[in-house]
Amino acid sequence: MPENRTETLPGGRRPRPGQEHFAAELDEGGLGAVDAVSTTDAPSSLWRDAWRDMRRRPMFWVASAIIVLVVIVAAFPGWFTDIHPRFDCNLADSLGAPEPGHPFGYDKQGCDIFSRTLYGARASVLVGVMATAMVVLLGTTMGAVAGYFGGWFDAILSRITDIFFAIPLVLAAIVIMSITTNRTSFTVAFVLAAFGWTSIARISRGTVMSVKNNEFVTAAKSLGMGRGGILLKHVLPNSAAPIIVYATVALGTFIVAEATLSFLGIGLPPSTVSWGGDISQAQNAIRQAPQILFYPAGGLALTVLGFIMMGDVVRDALDPKARKR
Amino acid sequence: MTTQFPVTGGGLPTGRPAGTSYDAGTDKPLLQISDLEVSFTTGVGEVKAVRGVDITVYPGQSVAIVGESGSGKSTTAHAVIDLLPGTGKVTGGSITFDGREIVGLPRVEMEAMRGRDIGLVPQDPMSNLNPVWRIGTQIDEALRANGFEGGRAERKERVAGLLAEAGLPDAARRARQFPHEFSGGMRQRSLIAIGLAARPKLLIADEPTSALDVTVQRQILDHLEVLTQELGTAVLFITHDLGLAAERAEHLVVMFKGRVVESGPARQILADPQHPYTKRLVSSAPSLASRRIQVAREEGATPDELLSHHADGEETRRRPIVQVRDLTKVFQIRGARPGASSDFTAVDNVSFTLPRGETLALVGESGSGKSTAANMVLGLLEPTSGVVEFDGTDVAGLSPKEQFAFRRRIQPVFQNPYGSLDPMFSIFSSIEEPLRLHQVGSKKEREARVRELLDLVSLPASTMRRFPNELSGGQRQRIAIARALALKPEVIVLDEAVSALDVLVQAQILELLGSLQDELGLSYLFITHDLAVVRQIADSVVVMQNGQVVEYASTDAVFDNPRQQYTRDLLAAIPGAGLEDAKIAG
Repeated sequence: MPENRTETLPGGRRPRPGQEHFAAELDEGGLGAVDAVSTTDAPSSLWRDAWRDMRRRPMFWVASAIIVLVVIVAAFPGWFTDIHPRFDCNLADSLGAPEPGHPFGYDKQGCDIFSRTLYGARASVLVGVMATAMVVLLGTTMGAVAGYFGGWFDAILSRITDIFFAIPLVLAAIVIMSITTNRTSFTVAFVLAAFGWTSIARISRGTVMSVKNNEFVTAAKSLGMGRGGILLKHVLPNSAAPIIVYATVALGTFIVAEATLSFLGIGLPPSTVSWGGDISQAQNAIRQAPQILFYPAGGLALTVLGFIMMGDVVRDALDPKARKR
Repeated sequence: MTTQFPVTGGGLPTGRPAGTSYDAGTDKPLLQISDLEVSFTTGVGEVKAVRGVDITVYPGQSVAIVGESGSGKSTTAHAVIDLLPGTGKVTGGSITFDGREIVGLPRVEMEAMRGRDIGLVPQDPMSNLNPVWRIGTQIDEALRANGFEGGRAERKERVAGLLAEAGLPDAARRARQFPHEFSGGMRQRSLIAIGLAARPKLLIADEPTSALDVTVQRQILDHLEVLTQELGTAVLFITHDLGLAAERAEHLVVMFKGRVVESGPARQILADPQHPYTKRLVSSAPSLASRRIQVAREEGATPDELLSHHADGEETRRRPIVQVRDLTKVFQIRGARPGASSDFTAVDNVSFTLPRGETLALVGESGSGKSTAANMVLGLLEPTSGVVEFDGTDVAGLSPKEQFAFRRRIQPVFQNPYGSLDPMFSIFSSIEEPLRLHQVGSKKEREARVRELLDLVSLPASTMRRFPNELSGGQRQRIAIARALALKPEVIVLDEAVSALDVLVQAQILELLGSLQDELGLSYLFITHDLAVVRQIADSVVVMQNGQVVEYASTDAVFDNPRQQYTRDLLAAIPGAGLEDAKIAG
């Protein structure tokens, strides 16, 4: 039982009701040591916490399923169909309806749409992944160097970023691609990356500037670590989260941009099967056979949705503050 | 009781006739919290933040809830005004205000009660005023929201009156200014004016001065006390500082882990704490415990003997480890256009000496230049003029290679336990980093050294698998100390190293620092704003103000016989400084 002590205060006053000297009994567990370390729980870091958090979200599993499926299809389309998308065509089948073995029907050239949709994934994923990799490399380098070293270095790099930022991605890509003769997945990705790195540069510049003011950076400095070492070992790993989040979403936008260029006829050459090219082809026959537009467009939408959903999940897991309530 | 600012006194426009509503001796409580339980819904289920709390506040009385972070003190106060954050809700017990149950009151009625019956002075004056509105507009808003009737001119006059009452001179002009034009203390005064605008019967002051310098803190608390006494307002203080609570409140409630562990008259609790937690708290509160943590002194050695112990014949033993002469740092403040920069002298002609194996404290309020001076000693900042000598060598003249070697001999520990460890590094990599960088030993030897260091700061070796986010503030600070010790430095610069910690943890860290000094013969340069802590750790003190040294003497001399007015102000401002007698008498 709690112990109530009624003593007179200096001056002969007694405490008023409810304000007597009261001391609680010791808690069940006692006071315990101030500041004890838990030795039983598994260790956790930001990444491990994020992983634990993501695993619990259905959206993560849906997005992963889509991405894994798209990547497998892009890598090994032959596992899913024996029909070649370009050589097994017969003009007699032009705009033909679905039939056994050809579930999506035929396009205007009499090629199997199912096969073309599967083979089209490769171009999209390849361009998306390559462009994103280049953008992350270039943007992070520019942003991190500008943010970390500051001063006139930052002034020059930031103005360069601003200039590139002012050029619309697709417009610039159209201009460059229209004068490019040898068009491959790599050139498309390269052109997209050349004009798409500015957002990542800005994001990484901002995070690097906030991370470099942390006391652990000052601590590393007073250990005698050089500037480059601090940037690589301490600052960049701590700036990675927002860059990864943006890169996941950017992958989706690059796939869309590639499709746009191919649709306009200046992306990948017709000899490469791509969703953008197929959508462009389907446009000509849209009145007679709207279904042939549906499959490449659906594949494109599903892929982009997968990456954008993944970006959302990753952002929520890495930055709990931005989480919707 | 004096304040620097005149109180408008009897001319205060009080809402109701003074003295009639609350009799000082009345036995009817104004606020009665009984068996309160507050829970938060989290990912792992319901967490009870407050359990079975009973608090009684009488009209016109001041009551303080004392506890460390996470004790549930703020949650209890926020439950009273129904401003629990996020998923928090009252899950049991009752809160009656003026005889009326307020748990489960409809939102509209609660809103009517907030501000008008219960006012709040929030914790952080920097973020609690809207930066895009004038101060006057924000007080006017508080008046109108609480049903103040009157025309524009009348309200304007009242706003100026409230600001003047809160201790801001030239109130009418001040009301037209924006928050960024105010200092922290002035902002807190404005918040007090807002809190008291509608003449509430109860004012909840949630750590009202924790973000302010001690001298400003004292002025504001003095003023608040006079003001609430005059208005007959009851005050519920929320604070982590036992000294402050005991000084400002007649009734104390000590909370720990969501429970009230002890409550009673302030002096009685201080003099005769019953609960083990309160006992611990009373004995480690830096404002109350004024004892140097040093094993040697407790054994009865006089300062002279200590000195002779150090001077054991060798020249190097007698030479001071750090000597700073005429150190000056001038910063250029960037102006509106290029070339319009102005000079700001952060450190002005500062000299001091850190003898080997001793502790020198640099004390000052924010902006006094103490951290800038420390950064120059660490070699992180180039002095504009003056010399930092480390073990007889001018630090500025070192070659890069010598400088790398110099880094091993002096190491920092910083204030913020959450920012000083890289969150991506495990504890092991954090402590091992200095060893790896300076290529000390083999991989195995380094691991053994990490274990040894963890043991030195009293943490289990299993801590090294963990990451900083899993540790508490005090534990992280221990890790930071272990990292600083890894290269066996001779000097450690402690930049506000215990300022962000709870009292008990702070006491532990100070004790740890004391015993490490004893064991390893370390010298400390201790940077702090808190004079109370200085007495526990330092041998000599440098008091700084506006970049200059105001007073430089041994700790005992500074505390027993301060020569400068500024030092006396700082000493008088330590909360609870006047309570030592009471404690001894008890």
